[in-house]
Amino acid sequence: MTRVLGLYNYWITILLMMTGFLMVIWRTNFVKKVIGLSLFQTSVYLLYLTMGKVQGGTAPILNGSAVYSHPLPSVLMLTAIVVGISTAAVALAFVVRIREAYGTIDEDELKALDDAE
Amino acid sequence: MTWQPALGEEWIVLPLLTLLACTAIIIVRMRSLFAAVMLTGAYSLLGASWMLLLDAPDVAFTEASVGAGLSTVLMLGTLALTGREAKAPRQRPLVPLLLVALTGAALVYGTLDMPFYGDPGAPVQRYPSPSYLERMPGEFDVPNAVTAVLASYRGYDTLGETTVIFTAGIGVLLLLRGRPKRNESADAASRKRDRA
Amino acid sequence: MTRSPVLRVGVKILLPYIMLFALYVQFHGDLGAGGGFQAGVIFAAAMILYSLVFGLEAARRVVPPRVAEVFMALGLLLYGGTGVAGLLAGGNYLDYAVFSPHHPQHGQHWGIFAVELGVGLAVSAVMLSIFFSFAGRRRAE
Repeated sequence: MTRVLGLYNYWITILLMMTGFLMVIWRTNFVKKVIGLSLFQTSVYLLYLTMGKVQGGTAPILNGSAVYSHPLPSVLMLTAIVVGISTAAVALAFVVRIREAYGTIDEDELKALDDAE
Repeated sequence: MTWQPALGEEWIVLPLLTLLACTAIIIVRMRSLFAAVMLTGAYSLLGASWMLLLDAPDVAFTEASVGAGLSTVLMLGTLALTGREAKAPRQRPLVPLLLVALTGAALVYGTLDMPFYGDPGAPVQRYPSPSYLERMPGEFDVPNAVTAVLASYRGYDTLGETTVIFTAGIGVLLLLRGRPKRNESADAASRKRDRA
Repeated sequence: MTRSPVLRVGVKILLPYIMLFALYVQFHGDLGAGGGFQAGVIFAAAMILYSLVFGLEAARRVVPPRVAEVFMALGLLLYGGTGVAGLLAGGNYLDYAVFSPHHPQHGQHWGIFAVELGVGLAVSAVMLSIFFSFAGRRRAE
């Protein structure tokens, strides 16, 4: 029971990661794939942050209290979130251009169009 | 094993995590892209709530404004340009599910050796030594350790990240600025008609 | 653009506070939670809200896309330039302690301030430019 409570957070992040992964490899719609990537990404943020947590700690803003959670995961994930949205925007821009060039954003239809040529 | 679950907090964390998992699974099964995008916003907000409990307020409100605000708006903008409904996938997802289950099982097996949630003796907590928090009072008069590490101790890192954001912005501008060209096959068809 | 008076008035009331909050997060980020990344995103979100309610053209009049593009580069330059200023003052690249030889802590504070400002400018400008390019695109048929 202790083990389940102690590791539940990792298991949930792994589950989130796997749902994102499933979405990327299974769904054929490109917007769905981008959503899957962003689910995956959020799970990675959570995985990092959950490792930095200390029981009974507070946010790492120094005020004389004794226990702080680790600041490094926060720093890494803070920048990663903003980089993540920028790269997702590039991916979405590609989706828009693909729609304009092919008239579809479905992977299978795209493949059929390419094969037909 | 001296680790004890912090029961007071677990009452919030466990339902929150379960809710996150449910949202993610619903998003995967959803066919309407519009609903999926809105749910992704809710998912980000739930994630941000957990980040707050993980003592990372900086990250939490970045995630809240980016995940539930900007990325939702961008996805909706894309939907307006591409269409709202996704086609139902043709085959049953047997192979993808198997692949995902295998990967997940391997990862779960890997966690069995991990330090427990919030364990003060975890390897993460002992690196770097002396820790940023111990070094900071002598070198900084700013109390927020996240800002100090972000802008000073790991300044190169953040410079790189800012450059990535800048480059991504340039990329989007290059891809989407200007008028959309008309469909090339339509162009060819109209040229053919003109000749005839 | 929406004609709903509730939305228009509500957003008009909310907008100044959102922008004020962005500035607070930007300049108070070294003392409490916050910093350039968050402030940039919040500022961009305020402009996006304005544009959703009052129309893209109105938002483009407030922040012309050209200006956003210039600030994109300016923010990054401010970050890199702070590093170069450290070099000129005789320290290492991105070493802020040399800005104030007698009080290295103050130097660090100034450096962090400048760098966070650069990050805030760059992030808000990039997010706005991305939004403008998505919203300005017409649907191809």
